[in-house]
Amino acid sequence: MRFLLLFSRQGKLRLQKWYTPLTEREKKKIIRDMTTMVLARQPRSCNFLHWKDLKIIYKRYASLYFCLGVESQENELLALEVIHRYVELLDKYFGNVCELDIIFNFEKAYFILDEFLMGGEVQETSKQTINRCIENSDMLQETMEEYMSKPAF
Amino acid sequence: MPAVSKGDGMRGLAVFISDIRNCKSKEAEIKRINKELANIRSKFKGDKALDGYSKKKYVCKLLFIFLLGHDIDFGHMEAVNLLSSNKYTEKQIGYLFISVLVNSNSDLIRLINNAIKNDLGSRNPTFMNLALHCIANVGSREMAEAFASEIPRILVAGDTMDSVKQSAALCLLRLNRTSPDLVPMGEWTARVVHLLNDQHLGVVTAATSLITTLAQKSPDDFKTAISLAVTRLSRIVTSACIDLQDYTYYFVAAPWLSVKLLRLLQCYPPPEDAALRSRLTECLETILNKAQEPPKSKKVQHSNAKNAVLFEAISLIIHHDSEPTLLVRACNQLGQFLQHRETNLRYLALESMCTLASSEFSHEAVKTHMETVINALKTERDVSVRQRAVDLLYAMCDRSNSKQIVAEMLSYLETADYSIREEIVLKVAILAEKYAVDYTWYVDTILNLIRIAGDYVSEEVWYRVIQIVINRDDVQGYAAKTVFEALQAPACHENLVKVGGYILGEFGNLIAGDSRSSPLVQFNLLHSKFHLCSVPTRALLLSAYIKFINLFPEVKGTIQDVLRSDSQLRNADVELQQRAVEYLRLSCIASTDILATVLEEMPPFPERESSILAKLKKKKGSMNVPDIDDSKKNMNGNGNVEHNNNNEPNEVTTKVYVRITAKQNCFEPGFKHCQSRGLAHIFSKIVPGFTYVKLKC
Repeated sequence: MRFLLLFSRQGKLRLQKWYTPLTEREKKKIIRDMTTMVLARQPRSCNFLHWKDLKIIYKRYASLYFCLGVESQENELLALEVIHRYVELLDKYFGNVCELDIIFNFEKAYFILDEFLMGGEVQETSKQTINRCIENSDMLQETMEEYMSKPAF
Repeated sequence: MPAVSKGDGMRGLAVFISDIRNCKSKEAEIKRINKELANIRSKFKGDKALDGYSKKKYVCKLLFIFLLGHDIDFGHMEAVNLLSSNKYTEKQIGYLFISVLVNSNSDLIRLINNAIKNDLGSRNPTFMNLALHCIANVGSREMAEAFASEIPRILVAGDTMDSVKQSAALCLLRLNRTSPDLVPMGEWTARVVHLLNDQHLGVVTAATSLITTLAQKSPDDFKTAISLAVTRLSRIVTSACIDLQDYTYYFVAAPWLSVKLLRLLQCYPPPEDAALRSRLTECLETILNKAQEPPKSKKVQHSNAKNAVLFEAISLIIHHDSEPTLLVRACNQLGQFLQHRETNLRYLALESMCTLASSEFSHEAVKTHMETVINALKTERDVSVRQRAVDLLYAMCDRSNSKQIVAEMLSYLETADYSIREEIVLKVAILAEKYAVDYTWYVDTILNLIRIAGDYVSEEVWYRVIQIVINRDDVQGYAAKTVFEALQAPACHENLVKVGGYILGEFGNLIAGDSRSSPLVQFNLLHSKFHLCSVPTRALLLSAYIKFINLFPEVKGTIQDVLRSDSQLRNADVELQQRAVEYLRLSCIASTDILATVLEEMPPFPERESSILAKLKKKKGSMNVPDIDDSKKNMNGNGNVEHNNNNEPNEVTTKVYVRITAKQNCFEPGFKHCQSRGLAHIFSKIVPGFTYVKLKC
């Protein structure tokens, strides 16, 4: 896998993960190309595209588009399921995940992604194991009061 | 109030994000960001040391600002400091920051590497994982140098936890991709292969990914992995759902691992050991059988996972290309998918079949689906699916169906998306040439191409048709007649004028007998398009005119008048002016014999590999262009084929025979020089001794 992008229907980028070294300019170009290409797709087309020498797999969940760029020997259907598995993980963690959750807890979205994928490969496919890892890191469970007493700046 | 985050929520961060979202304009957003940056800068520079929580919060804010698209030029130091915290969440944010904002400052790198080293040696699996992740995410050369020898050790050590083993394997994979020379695999190879036997399926998955990449570079070292992979695969494929517990995905047994094992096996030819080979065949048959069973779940995830394994198995079958029964079964399965309700499956079936088409065992089986594919071309709504259909038609084309396929592709071309037209044009041109029994069909096809998609007919294509017409006597008259008729159309594409001009210039005499295509009519036809054309085309037409003067003395006067006109002799373009001047002069001073020699019909072109195929391959990049079977038919029927080793395009040239004095050497070969000297000057010295000079037409 070369990259993973999440963007809204207006083209606003919510998450970007790059698995190869690229300059900032190259990244910006890819983001532009992906958002234009994917947002232009008709609703009932297939989820796969060719772009340069990569395959692009995308899927829409509610208001977010998940877009993966993979190499040409990768298995497309499995990549679709990678996206689905990631969404399931987010859903389990946030409870009925929505775009706002990802906006306000972007760092958690990255952490969850990192438990699942590493170096562009699927690291762990057991849902239980990943959830256990993530919960371990949330060692603090605080009440609303404790949260509200934290500084607001 | 924003959604409360779980765990160690940073309230200040949530408020900041809220503020940004509430900004009404870009300027307001930038203002708010600058305010925050100033705030953070002052906090970082402040006298009192920040506590871990605050540092974490500010580093996270900086990260957020960066991900919005703004540049951040500070904060690295603080992020690196977070790495040495003992609190997991603080470490995590520190690592996240430095993975995203990679910095090449060498001091920082040293500090980062230090922190990583500490975490790697900490024996705390969570910290070790964070460190390995960071190395995999950044993968820089400095990190590779520092850790490449350490990681394999962690990977194979007996006391490493499973989760760390997984991370280590994938980290090593990443390092191997970016700095392969620094990853010493030699002594670890056997132990890494042994990981395929591990109890923990996550470890096996990671190890398989690693071995697949390593095996691509040095397949012999990892040969022992084959039998382990086959064993593992057959265990998974024949297992009941409950065996694999959490590795079952929507009732499909370990799909990721299965696919990875199948991919590993694609690095090697079919196993030599007969028992192993039959076991593998059994495995693949089981997978194919499962596809026919009723689905265990209605969810699309189930069918995607199941079919992912199926498609990968088919890939392996195609790669091995050794078991006819399997290949035919695979083809049938794909044939079923061609008409599936789901677009994704139709797309993938078309794509897979392309590779199947090139195998001799299954080529015939693939052809049986031609009607379905043609139908797909006409009825699919999704342009990417239509594209795959075109690719498949190209791959399955052979002598028996070439005429039909080319006709279908041409009719598709009329309504095709502009972005894919050039590719289709190239493909049609290749197919038409390759399978032409009757070259009149070939000429018709190319002219049709120009008519339908003239803008996308590149030079290589129309050069080729001219080369072929010149090399084949039997089609010259037909070409002249067809081109003449085509030019009658009120609006014809400039490429047609180029082809027409050249062919009429060479072979117009073959149709000059008919009064409807008499020399004068031909000349007027060409000249009527003259002012509509670009400079290179006009240059070509001028060459055609001088050839007419040679072929048809009765129109010499008319043509000379045209050449004599100011718009030619004083044309602003140097090339056109020079040609007009020289051709006019040539027509005046040269006797008919000399003219006939100079403007003799073009000799046949030497055989060369078609540059069209090269251009198509370049266009497709690394995507596989199925190499159509190469029983090349020679252009003029004799046996010699020269290979065009250098990359010069097969330019269509007008060969002008020039006689030079052996003694006087008034002229050097090389067309630039010839042009500057002027032809007329040369013709004043006539002596025996020939040289060819190539003038670009």
